[in-house]
Amino acid sequence: MTAPRTQEGHGSEQDTDRPVPVVVAAVGQGQRWRRFLVMGALFTGAVVFLFPFYYMVVASLQLSPNLTVGGAFPRPGNLTVDNYIQINASLNLWQSLLNSGIFTGGVLLGTVVFGVLGGYALAMLHFRGRGVLFSAMLLVLVVPFQLSMIPLYVLIARDYGLGDTYLGMILPFAINSTAVFIFRQYFLQLPSELFDAARIDGASELRTLWSIALPLVRPALLTAVLLTFIGPWNEFLWPFLITKQQAKQPLAVSLANYISTVQASTANPYGSILAGAVVLAVPAVALFLIFQRHFVSTDLGSGVKG
Amino acid sequence: MTTSATRSPVPRDHPASPAARGADGGRHRTSLFTRLFGRQPIGILLAAPYAVFIAVIFAFPIGFAVYMSFTDYYFTAPGVTVPHPFVGLDNYKTVLTDPAVLASFGHIGIFLILNVPLTVALSLGLAVALNRAVHFRTFFRAAYYVPYVTASVAVVAVWLVLFRSDGLVNQILGPLAPDPSWLVNSTWAMPMIALFVTWKQLGFFILLYLAALQNVPKELYESASVDGAGAWRSFRSVTVPGVRQATALVLLLAIVTGANLFTEPYLLTGGGGPDGASTTPVLLMYQQGIQQGKPSTASAIGVVLVILVLIVALVNRRLTERSER
Repeated sequence: MTAPRTQEGHGSEQDTDRPVPVVVAAVGQGQRWRRFLVMGALFTGAVVFLFPFYYMVVASLQLSPNLTVGGAFPRPGNLTVDNYIQINASLNLWQSLLNSGIFTGGVLLGTVVFGVLGGYALAMLHFRGRGVLFSAMLLVLVVPFQLSMIPLYVLIARDYGLGDTYLGMILPFAINSTAVFIFRQYFLQLPSELFDAARIDGASELRTLWSIALPLVRPALLTAVLLTFIGPWNEFLWPFLITKQQAKQPLAVSLANYISTVQASTANPYGSILAGAVVLAVPAVALFLIFQRHFVSTDLGSGVKG
Repeated sequence: MTTSATRSPVPRDHPASPAARGADGGRHRTSLFTRLFGRQPIGILLAAPYAVFIAVIFAFPIGFAVYMSFTDYYFTAPGVTVPHPFVGLDNYKTVLTDPAVLASFGHIGIFLILNVPLTVALSLGLAVALNRAVHFRTFFRAAYYVPYVTASVAVVAVWLVLFRSDGLVNQILGPLAPDPSWLVNSTWAMPMIALFVTWKQLGFFILLYLAALQNVPKELYESASVDGAGAWRSFRSVTVPGVRQATALVLLLAIVTGANLFTEPYLLTGGGGPDGASTTPVLLMYQQGIQQGKPSTASAIGVVLVILVLIVALVNRRLTERSER
């Protein structure tokens, strides 16, 4: 795209603000050529990553479907929000969004309340069974969810009759083990003197947790909340198994069902599919862009699914 | 493993707490209560919800899965009790002689062959480039990461439109486009899934490599250049060995992702199609266990899958540990 122009700009700049170690040998022409290569690769990468999102938005606004190369550019005469009205009529977008919100909110609540308590106990308190619990947590992080998928379905949908309920949807994800792990790591890093002082002053453990530990781990709370949000919001497999009525399905599930059953009956089937995709993508992408610096790649490892 | 796991969560000591002082005074003075429940028994209370959660949602279902895989289990109305006869290894025999199941494991093999080298090469390359860039670093990081935080269902929708037989990609390719088109072509279906997953997850691995690059000592690059190494040579001899840990993690996570593939074959290639060319074990577990009401064979597939994952992960860990010595 704009790689060549940016490149000229670079050539005249000093090397001093380079943030990283680089091989120093080449100068002049070779250096410039290498910078050109670097920026070219980075811009090509950005285009490959962003183009599908750009196309998602553009095609979701098309009045009549245009799959040709020209269709990748918005034309004023062919713009409409009809596809959003269409998908809303087919899926009831607000209900689906509400379902996604309740599912995600339930998981967040469970993780923040019980996950923090668990993480604090694992980090700070001596009690019988702590070692066993810690090993169990590590196992949860390693063993794929799919092994327990069939028995969980049998238990939750068949035995407990929780199919098509929010509780059944939330239950398997109610406490995010990655978040518990992050909480524990952060609590371990806090200076112990603070806690000794609190205990000498006679504060109870809950009081210590609430007034001393929690305010100090606020960044960790935010990171854990963000990655816990993205998991259930994007999750497809489990809510897909557990919900049969459309009125209870989160957006990821109802949109997937719409994709696999959509007929050519609507004026612009791709347009309405992509309109649904935009609505599903926007909350997670927006949160990511707003809180970008809180997304730490090492923490995200097993937290993000779907 | 057990010992290291039980030893590692040692929290810091609280010498000021009365309970701790009691313990310091010698074991004979510790009360029975403390010995039974630990020095801070309130920890049991705080951790109880999480412990119950693990027991109910993780431990019990896994035991139940193993049990089901050894019995002839079928669905009944809630409350009706029917016998589930023990059938030994019959379900495993059924599963391991089913060509569809074997093919689905083969498809994971195709996935890994494409996904691992592509991920390592592209994410390391882009991480090195990003590490050198002066401008727009934040923009690039965000751009690369966006697919990773977006729901699979949403991006699958775009790929479906882009790779239709009359979609944008084929319009650009013209006569070069494969026939039948990408997602309904039995040769291309599984590679397309591998490509899709590589594309979606690349941002995560770019940031992983970017973090690993910060830990490669600068001095190594300096001495390499003093020794007359060019850019490519110092990349091969300094950068690549320096980020070996991250590369091992790529392999491990690729195996876990491959073992978990469901959304992509279900939606992108329309249920593992065409003609079963892109099935995965989890898709078969869904089809057999829930659609066809055979949870026993589905559980057997799950057990085989997890055992394979654990074996490959262990071998992977052995190999990377050995090469570090």
